[in-house]
Amino acid sequence: MKSWNNKAWFLVLPVLLLVAFSAIIPLMTVVNYSVQDSFGSNEFYWVGLEWFQEVLSSERFHNALMRNLLFSAIILLIEIPLGIAVALAMPRRGWGVSVCLVLMALPLLIPWNVVGTIWQVFARVDIGLLGYSLTQLGFDYNYTQDTLDAWITLIVMDVWHWTSLVVLLSYSGLVSIPPAYYQAARIDGASRWAVFRYIQLPKMRRVLVIAVLLRFMDSFMIYTEPFVVTGGGPGNATTFLSIDLVQMAIGQFDLGPAAAMSLIYFLIILLVSWVFYTVMTQQDADAESGRGHS
Amino acid sequence: MIRRAWIPVLYIVFLMLPLYWLLMMSFKTNQEILSTFSLWPREFTLQNYITILSDSSWYSGYINSMIYVVMNTVISLSVALPAAYAFSRYRFLGDKHLFFWLLTNRMAPPAVFVLPFFQLYSAFGLIDTHIAVALAHCLFNVPLAVWILEGFMSSVPREIDETAYIDGYSFPRFFTKIFTPLIAPGIGVAAFFCFMFSWVELLIARTLTVTDAKPISAIMTRTVSASGLDWGVLAAAGMLTVIPGALVIYFVRNHIAKGFALGRV
Repeated sequence: MKSWNNKAWFLVLPVLLLVAFSAIIPLMTVVNYSVQDSFGSNEFYWVGLEWFQEVLSSERFHNALMRNLLFSAIILLIEIPLGIAVALAMPRRGWGVSVCLVLMALPLLIPWNVVGTIWQVFARVDIGLLGYSLTQLGFDYNYTQDTLDAWITLIVMDVWHWTSLVVLLSYSGLVSIPPAYYQAARIDGASRWAVFRYIQLPKMRRVLVIAVLLRFMDSFMIYTEPFVVTGGGPGNATTFLSIDLVQMAIGQFDLGPAAAMSLIYFLIILLVSWVFYTVMTQQDADAESGRGHS
Repeated sequence: MIRRAWIPVLYIVFLMLPLYWLLMMSFKTNQEILSTFSLWPREFTLQNYITILSDSSWYSGYINSMIYVVMNTVISLSVALPAAYAFSRYRFLGDKHLFFWLLTNRMAPPAVFVLPFFQLYSAFGLIDTHIAVALAHCLFNVPLAVWILEGFMSSVPREIDETAYIDGYSFPRFFTKIFTPLIAPGIGVAAFFCFMFSWVELLIARTLTVTDAKPISAIMTRTVSASGLDWGVLAAAGMLTVIPGALVIYFVRNHIAKGFALGRV
């Protein structure tokens, strides 16, 4: 049992001060902008919730939000099962482990705009391996003009970029399972599926919570990669919330609506993450207490 | 086991293909890239790399990136260590709320913070310094480091602390001499993640820098638009940004799998 000690606050204080500087002050600035309008340089006046109403009722925001939700949903549906499958099939010991880990982690450490550049080049019809091969095979592929092609390119790119994170997390969950569990399963004559369902999946739950949360947050906040690859196009087909937001804040300098949109955007992420977190840790707690009773 | 080995192999091939293409492009001349389609450079050239490594406006980008990434990793870890210890060992007023609130910072879209960051750091005269980017990146790295370290620390039995205090260790001495070595793999994993997220971030780093602290990834985008797409140099620059990451993974590769498993991550 943890002991109750309010002096522990002193240990947390440095983090608190640092995060206050890098998060609370900027966030307050955003809140400040979101309720004011400006004429010219430095004259601000109070507009209340007008910007929020404007953003929430605008077609542009709805469309970007829908695109973001669709993108995140597709990403989670592909990356989580794929990551688990790869982790299950990875070797458990020997030189293969190091080779797999190093090669798989590689895409995670490439700067995001370089990832964008790599795929921009790789998928180009004239000089890219992927685009050229697809065209030679007779596909009418062009990610700069066709909406579907642009989406597929972005999704494949994100799978390429981030599935390894799910693999690494799942793998670490798998190697923590004591061999005795598998021996017991073998004695009971458990099928491959039963081993997965009743031993491996429950043991991976903790890391999967993290994987789902991280993948949701990051795919929902995606900015650099689509910006480099498609620039939000063709048309507005891949203009996600963050691209729209940066365009609004820095391109058009519409501070009020941009700030209001930032806050709404942040709240959506917060809400969805909180739901994921609660649901998945709740199951965890149920599983724990169930074990306690039996 | 053998039958299932094709899944990771296929996956790795998928991961390597775009990188292979980038590597090959970096050895080609611009003319060859644009005129012919070849899987292998016909005229092997190192000119693209020489261009980058001999021009300080190019290679200073790497140095800038490395400086702020290392600064950020050091800052993040040094504030996260005591905080993670507090979360793993004690209950205190508002601890659970504080922990979740820290995580919410990891969820904040960087796009939201671009403008306020710019104004905040302008007010302090920190624009275009390495420390500005390092501090800004703490926004998402500190919560992550606290989260990871807390998991590792919780796996160390509490009796060790108590025994050390009975033996007369003061808190700082116990923390540095006994506790830190025990969670070394955790620190390694946390450092890996701080390095990774700071190294790959572009939007904030680009906004807060002008010339003196500009990261390599931002220099790349500028050159692309200015010089009419020099694909060979672009590919070489991209390839060079992959190397630091590859080195870091190589060093922590044994800790990653073990580390994740130990920690609550």
